[in-house]
Amino acid sequence: MILYAASIFKGFTGDFVALTLDDVKRVAHLARIEISEARAESVLRDLTNIFTLIEQMKAVEVSGIEPMSHAQDVMLRLREDAVTEQDQHALFQSVAPQVEADLYLVPKVIE
Amino acid sequence: MHNATIKSLSADLAARKLSSVEVTQQFLLRIKALNQRYNCFITVDEEKSLTQARAADALRGAGHARPLTGVPVAQKDIFCAKGWLTTCGSKMLSNFVSPYDAHVVERLNAVGAVNLGKTNMDEFAMGSSSETSHFGPVKNPWDAATVPGGSSGGSAAAVAARLAPAAIGTDTGGSIRQPAALTGISGLKPTYGVVSRYGMIAFASSLDQGGPMARSAEDLALLLNVMAGFDARDSTSLERPAVDYARDLAKPVAGLRIGLPREFFAHGVAPDVEKAVGEAVGQFKRLGCETVEVSLPNMALSVPVYYVLAPAEASSNLARFDGVRYGYRAPEYGDLTDMYKKTRAQGFGGEVKRRILIGTYVLSHGYYDAYYIRAQKLRRLIAQDFIEAFRKCDVIMGPTSPTTAFRLGEKAGDPVQMYLSDIYTIAVNLAGLPGMSIPCGFDSQGLPVGLQIIGDYFAEAKMLKVAHQYQLATDWHDRAPPGIEIN
Repeated sequence: MILYAASIFKGFTGDFVALTLDDVKRVAHLARIEISEARAESVLRDLTNIFTLIEQMKAVEVSGIEPMSHAQDVMLRLREDAVTEQDQHALFQSVAPQVEADLYLVPKVIE
Repeated sequence: MHNATIKSLSADLAARKLSSVEVTQQFLLRIKALNQRYNCFITVDEEKSLTQARAADALRGAGHARPLTGVPVAQKDIFCAKGWLTTCGSKMLSNFVSPYDAHVVERLNAVGAVNLGKTNMDEFAMGSSSETSHFGPVKNPWDAATVPGGSSGGSAAAVAARLAPAAIGTDTGGSIRQPAALTGISGLKPTYGVVSRYGMIAFASSLDQGGPMARSAEDLALLLNVMAGFDARDSTSLERPAVDYARDLAKPVAGLRIGLPREFFAHGVAPDVEKAVGEAVGQFKRLGCETVEVSLPNMALSVPVYYVLAPAEASSNLARFDGVRYGYRAPEYGDLTDMYKKTRAQGFGGEVKRRILIGTYVLSHGYYDAYYIRAQKLRRLIAQDFIEAFRKCDVIMGPTSPTTAFRLGEKAGDPVQMYLSDIYTIAVNLAGLPGMSIPCGFDSQGLPVGLQIIGDYFAEAKMLKVAHQYQLATDWHDRAPPGIEIN
């Protein structure tokens, strides 16, 4: 069954700069996700496969095309400069992991 | 009663043949008996549902009933519902009781619809099989060894197994249409901007759109009438005059031009799927429609483009899950960065982390133009293909999915194979167009096949008419999976 969809891309033989283990660790740090050495290796394999798919984008000439960031050509709406929100901090903080004196608690940042 | 559509339930409620409490109790009973088998629901709260049912009956008693008043509707667990556990299928939100309602939930509540429970889904809507849920995989009621599709697999399986008369879902790359196809139900992804995303937990904001999942096109119209509408809290919600999506249902389809993209039939579609879709097109011809070949030459690029843009948006949207304001926090950590890293490593599942990493990479310094901007340029080419095609036709038809339901675990270890199962649906999200899936037959194993109908921008009423006229002439949508009766 797998072959049906895969055959769509069978003509593709792309080459690209291969991802490295260091790339995976760097990106995991940027994304603030802890990753073990063993896990990084399996992630590298998956990402390499996925980027082989993504690299097909390079087969098409794109110069002069305006990037499309959004499905509708709309402008951000403006609104009256008026207070519209009620104070609901107690409700919103009721689902927080750790709160004290109406403040979210996190580990100390400045010594 | 459990085989009734919303349309007929609504009529029985109006005629006082049934009360909302009776209808709700009946479906809760079925959920109790069958949910263990299919794992459709993450949260069921009988008391909350019955309280809403009693209120709906009172609303009717006071003469304020609307078509959905008292009708139970299951909600994908991506929609925030005040006071309900809202997990998005993730450990990260496994303790999150929403303090507010999504716009769509507000609108359903306002007309007295009953929240029947929160349905299972791929974690953060990232998946095509509903196997990535922290709460275990959903099973397809047509064959419990197969997947129901995803990410709205719990909603789809619940409707297919008659555990709910209808459900709401979301569709970022096919997450309403593909599970609808694989479970033999009807599902609609509206034009981007028609349904407010407020309170719908964000995956890829420029692609996400909520929509209805039900047993018939007529029921989809009734649901969309309530779900659609402007909401100032979603900056991409469109200000348009209200539409009655049921207005054209009874109109004939004779003379309609159906575009058949050669790319939908040329590559690797399973023979049984191609046959069923071909027969559906034949049925439309008998109803007086014409067919015209169209081309979407850049369609094959939609998968790679999507797997740059959607992860990029996801990596940004999911930055909010840091263990500070809500959701999961790692039990042990050192400094602040360590808290973030451990919280996110433990709170997110493998597929979500994979997509965050892809997104972070394509947005990172030195790669932004090569991946992100290039993908946005290709997105325009993909959208322009549709504009070109709609000069020659009124709707586009093809398969929703290249195959019928695949087996649990079959693609779980191979992300690329999983991604390719959305080959026919993703381009529609990139263009922002409306798309739907309706049942149009079965494969040799008895698994349902979905027909995809794609419309031009804001053509939902026309698409629903096309689907409804097909459902008047066929009975695929009335077929129920075997073995879902309870004593």
